[in-house]
Amino acid sequence: MRIVVDAAVFDPGAELNGFSAGVSGMGAVVSFSGIVRQSEAGDLEAMEIEHYPGMTERAIGKIAEEAQARWSLGDVLVIHRYGRLVPGDPIMMVATAAPHRKDAFEAAEFLMDYLKSRAPFWKKEQTRGGADWVAARDEDETALSRW
Amino acid sequence: MDVLYFAWVRERIGVPKEKVDTGAATVADLVRELSAREERYALAFSDLSALRVALDQDLSDFDAPLDGVREVAFFPPMTGG
Repeated sequence: MRIVVDAAVFDPGAELNGFSAGVSGMGAVVSFSGIVRQSEAGDLEAMEIEHYPGMTERAIGKIAEEAQARWSLGDVLVIHRYGRLVPGDPIMMVATAAPHRKDAFEAAEFLMDYLKSRAPFWKKEQTRGGADWVAARDEDETALSRW
Repeated sequence: MDVLYFAWVRERIGVPKEKVDTGAATVADLVRELSAREERYALAFSDLSALRVALDQDLSDFDAPLDGVREVAFFPPMTGG
């Protein structure tokens, strides 16, 4: 298991290659990378991500351990950035390796659902009009109930 | 104990972290105590359904006892991913 919480930019392709090269005997690798999306109005200048140092790593670690307990996984990678990001920047990434694809896909979705609403990150959008905290969505909370 | 605030809770209260001397038995008691202290706390804590709390870096709830807790953090629902 590897968990990275960092302000620095990362290369999702290089991370995926490194992750895949590090697992052996696995039949499936699934990865998801999240990118800062431009707003519909096209006015997003930056996304500030705040987090709770210490708790962040701890919370992600517990989520990843839960995934490993529920699915047959060879390895798990979670990368999440904080600080000031601009549209198009990679913001986070999850990768799972498993003997079979079903475990890899499900565990990756589980990790994403939990990272959204159980890892202590908060997003603030800066537009020309000002800055506003992103509100949590009800769908993100209900997404957890399927697990 | 150390009390930490994040996101708009931090902005409303005006500090990211402070030491609080309290005999509050539960998180809810601490919230009442702080809210009575100054308007900025009352404002930040006006709607507890919009807040989450962590005790020693684990998510908890407002009924939880503070016995032995060293770090309390208040923040809005998380928006990671």
